[in-house]
Amino acid sequence: MKEFAYVRAGSVEEATSAYASHAGARYLGGGTNLVDLMKLGVERPAILVDVTRLPLDAVEELPDGALRIGAMVRNSDLAAHPLVRDRYPALSQAVLAGASGQLRNAATTGGNLLQRTRCPYFQDLSKPCNKREPGSGCGARDGVHRDHAVLGHSEHCIATHPSDMAVALTALDARVELYGPEGARSVAAADFHRLPGDRPEQDTEIRPGELVTGVVLPAATAGLPSAYRKARDRASYAFALASVAAVLRVSDGVVGGVGLAFGALAHRPWRARRAEEALLGAAPTAAAFEHAVDLELSAARPLRDNAYKVPLARGIALDVLSRLADTALTRRTS
Amino acid sequence: MTGSVGAPAERREGREKVSGTARYAAEYHFPGRAQAWPVPAAVARGRMTGVDTAAALAVPGVLAVLTHENAPRLAEPDDPTLAVLQDPRVPHRGWFVALVVAETLEAARAGAAAVRVDYAAEEHDVALTASHPGVYVPEEANGGYPAVREQGDPDGAFGSSAARVDAAYRVPPLHNHPMEPHASTARWDDGRLTVHTSSQGSGAVQGVLAGLFGVPAERIVVTAEHVGGGFGSKGTPRPDVVLAAMAARHTGRAVTVALPRRYLPAVVGHRAPTLHRLRLGADADGRLTSLVHEVTTHTSRIKEFVEQAAVPARVMYATPHSRTEHRVVALDVPSPSWMRAPGEAPGMYALESAMDELAAELGMDPVELRVRNEPDVEPDSGKPFSSRHLVECLREGARRFGWAGRDPRPGSRRDGPLLLGTGVAAATYPVMVWPATASARALPDGTFLVRVNATDIGTGARTVLAQVGADALGAPLERVRIEVGSTELPSAPLAGGSSGTASWGWAVHEACSRLARRLTEHAGPLPGQGLDARADTRGAADAESDWARHAFGAHFAEVAVDSVTGEVRVGRLLGVYAAGRILNARTARSQFVGGMTMGLGMALTEGSTMDAAFGDFTESDLASYHVPVHADVDEIEAHWLDEDDPRLNPMGSKGIGEIGIVGTAAAIGNAVHHATGVRFRELPLTPDRVLAGLLDHRAANDARTGSPVGGSGPVRGG
Amino acid sequence: MGNDQHHSETTLRVNGKPHTLTVDHRRVLLDLLREDLDLTGAKKGCDHGQCGACTVLVDGRRVNSCLLFAVALDGCEITTIEGLSGDGEEPHPLQRAFLERDAFQCGYCTPGQICSAAGMLAEAAAGHPSHVTDPATPSGEPVPLDREEVRERLSGNLCRCGAYPRIAEAVEDVIP
Repeated sequence: MKEFAYVRAGSVEEATSAYASHAGARYLGGGTNLVDLMKLGVERPAILVDVTRLPLDAVEELPDGALRIGAMVRNSDLAAHPLVRDRYPALSQAVLAGASGQLRNAATTGGNLLQRTRCPYFQDLSKPCNKREPGSGCGARDGVHRDHAVLGHSEHCIATHPSDMAVALTALDARVELYGPEGARSVAAADFHRLPGDRPEQDTEIRPGELVTGVVLPAATAGLPSAYRKARDRASYAFALASVAAVLRVSDGVVGGVGLAFGALAHRPWRARRAEEALLGAAPTAAAFEHAVDLELSAARPLRDNAYKVPLARGIALDVLSRLADTALTRRTS
Repeated sequence: MTGSVGAPAERREGREKVSGTARYAAEYHFPGRAQAWPVPAAVARGRMTGVDTAAALAVPGVLAVLTHENAPRLAEPDDPTLAVLQDPRVPHRGWFVALVVAETLEAARAGAAAVRVDYAAEEHDVALTASHPGVYVPEEANGGYPAVREQGDPDGAFGSSAARVDAAYRVPPLHNHPMEPHASTARWDDGRLTVHTSSQGSGAVQGVLAGLFGVPAERIVVTAEHVGGGFGSKGTPRPDVVLAAMAARHTGRAVTVALPRRYLPAVVGHRAPTLHRLRLGADADGRLTSLVHEVTTHTSRIKEFVEQAAVPARVMYATPHSRTEHRVVALDVPSPSWMRAPGEAPGMYALESAMDELAAELGMDPVELRVRNEPDVEPDSGKPFSSRHLVECLREGARRFGWAGRDPRPGSRRDGPLLLGTGVAAATYPVMVWPATASARALPDGTFLVRVNATDIGTGARTVLAQVGADALGAPLERVRIEVGSTELPSAPLAGGSSGTASWGWAVHEACSRLARRLTEHAGPLPGQGLDARADTRGAADAESDWARHAFGAHFAEVAVDSVTGEVRVGRLLGVYAAGRILNARTARSQFVGGMTMGLGMALTEGSTMDAAFGDFTESDLASYHVPVHADVDEIEAHWLDEDDPRLNPMGSKGIGEIGIVGTAAAIGNAVHHATGVRFRELPLTPDRVLAGLLDHRAANDARTGSPVGGSGPVRGG
Repeated sequence: MGNDQHHSETTLRVNGKPHTLTVDHRRVLLDLLREDLDLTGAKKGCDHGQCGACTVLVDGRRVNSCLLFAVALDGCEITTIEGLSGDGEEPHPLQRAFLERDAFQCGYCTPGQICSAAGMLAEAAAGHPSHVTDPATPSGEPVPLDREEVRERLSGNLCRCGAYPRIAEAVEDVIP
């Protein structure tokens, strides 16, 4: 790790202008991934703009019933917040399924979204990686890739996005709020992360200098049955082999609304739009869920050693959807 | 010998460990101490053609960059992995090619990143297969065992057996990963070398450093006061201690080399992958007629280490015909070495899985199959056992576990999407003991001081040796002080091969017994400096024994396999051991349970992949190499039988540090088969493998019965 | 070495005592504790947030000290294993329970386990759920800790010696 300058920002404007006025700047949040990558030499900032003390640490209800989570809200506080737990259980569950108690105490909402892939080739400077060093090649494609993508990968990159939280945000129709040199804007969580294409170095749609200031969960998905399920190599403290977040609204015996997203299958949380379309208006039966999920996963292009991810994702998606349907139907009749 | 031995005495260093005051090797703050950071080779095979250290030396705080061009010359070591920075050859990826010494950790790391090395890379080969053209039969396997043993006509007998199992198993490379990464702090003063190192045996470190640096051993002091685990990987010196001593000599400063976690898999040894072929033949009553265990493994280009995985098959079961054979191929891989129960851990996974398959083939209870094949003498050597209570372990384990009444049919128990099963496997580990020296002193204040260069790597050696000493002295435990962990103490062997307590304890017992005799002969008050006695067990501890001496055990496991995800969880794990006399019930239980926990990891979560293109282990850190966490470990129980064996040592003890891992993976694997009906023969049992196996099994069943895909099974219906 | 663009004066309260140091921005809390203050109780097991051996409390919350730049903690209150029991000679109840249960072998993960347990007990009391908490548990109330909860919540602390069952017992001993 080379030496770097450090500045602590007191306001969002101060942060973005500090970033803009220094080449090689990076925002420092909880640091759980950035510091890790700096130690590995993957990230080499010239200056860190510390944003952890910005007044972005609140969970607040908006007038329209939506919920805004400040970018500096720590993962553990997010998962424990009564409004999050009660209205968006999938989000709380997803956050709690990730990392460890210590890491969740440090990691921020914004930082969680911006964490980088755990692809071992990305982390190892002595190996080719198009994400780390565009044009150098991909070590994983013909290498060790059991954990890699089955959907949406490109010849340049087969990495997956490691976040659990982002999968839930994607399913719940959250929006990511940004502030940068060109002012404030927001992007749907489902569109925030990119597919690798021929620019795998670009994880997200964030523009240079932009800062994630918060995440807004819409009123539309508040209070609906939602859940997150993750499969992994050990019982805790491991990245997903596959995960799923789903939210389901059943009205008049048919699916009135559904959000379904997969984690660990692609370069971004994979919003299952085809499955959702197939389910809208259908009765929430096992057959309908199987048809919809199979339709979605028919797009999968597994690599040599990760074909298992398709039935794994299928299995947990059907499990979560059927449980949500049970909940929705029980609620309706009670 | 009565009194302290056997009692659950509290760890003597416990307070220091829970208060954070126990110091480990990297924590000795000599004045002006520098920090060093190694640079690993970035090719799998080749030569360094140039090193540019200018940028590294320009990093503020960097003191020196050592490479093969300027590092102190070493005498040729017996262990080639210690010949660091001596020549431009790169024998495997991750081999250290430079060392940056700096004022701070930050500067050292930045300096290491700035070292530029050019290589002439050569074609490499790291892929182990049983049919690799380079496979050969070595002279012997680790531990000095003959590579091949054959009795009778195993192939002929197998061919004519009523029941047969012919199966291949694979155990992947595994990493020790003790919680404390390898670390050493070294300082030269006036031609004398002081070293604090994280090692299982400081005596060996002293001897090796003396040879490498051409310094008399008496001018070198090595201490290993607290060691954060080793599990074999710190059994002999590793590059960190050589580098620390080199850097300290080169810079004239005290230097600490604390290896980054990611660098460990390449330089501290690993459990080599093993490919097993097991053939078991039996008559209709389940009596073995033939046993063939063939193992193929890898070693590095610079060092032959052959995991002795077929050796336990020479100990376990009676059979008239047998062959056990080791084969090895030298590849461009890091050098393998000891990892907890080398040989027994992977070998018994294969053998005990095959025994389970044979039981299924015969329709016999797997406990009864093992009982039926209990030998009268050690099968391969013909020697009588000094004690062997495997059958008792199996019976006692079955009783405690509630084995009776088990429905043997695979897939017979289910709890929603969870498939439940139970499994059993036997365990064995040889008794090893080495000569040691110790001293004991009686002081005028009525206390005693026992000194022995034992190493407490977490086993509780201080505590149990004090217990042994107290009983030999006939003194209360609290009167006996003990010093371990330094070459300034009477020399003693390493903590390895589950031999430490037997070896050190024997010498402590002798020294204390002699002192007790001196005290009875002594009249009047003790002189100011006290009264001394010494012991050296050479000639006794290493005397050839007419007996086959082994510990035995039985493992029982209950698992739940999630049919949706293929995730396996172990609900219960039980071990019952016959390991001689247990000297401290408290620390012994912790060792047994610890071994079983590592066995659980071997079964379910731990596995490393040799990257064929790059020639290194992909899972190099603790995020990707999955050591079990708290949530993986539910109920683990360890029990033992009172085993009275007078043919061991004065304490009557067998080693207990390794047997806990042996057999655990097989018991879990057998339980997974019982739960699912699928026989997995490759570890670890991660969801990718298990789910694929379940789906194949279901597809095969559906094809057989004509029932449609998509019925009951891994996918839950709505 | 005074303040320059790569160094800053930073004040931390460590175990109740203020320390003002000029720190290299690259210095993480773990190295500051171990190298600058000679508080070596927090251990370096991985240096990347993958093992938990470096766990300390920052403003009462458990964190991996290997991933926190010290400069960013200016003004924070740090509690390490050395200060867990306060000024008194008496060990913290968790330290005593670890001794009594033989909840360690090599001892290298132990300070992190104990600090993690202390932080975890406070989290549960403050109503923080875990991955295994029943979603039906009312939010905002203390979460009762059974064995499964303890195991899940301590999963960020690896123990290669396999003392997990004893650690869980020790923690249960001090659950109020």
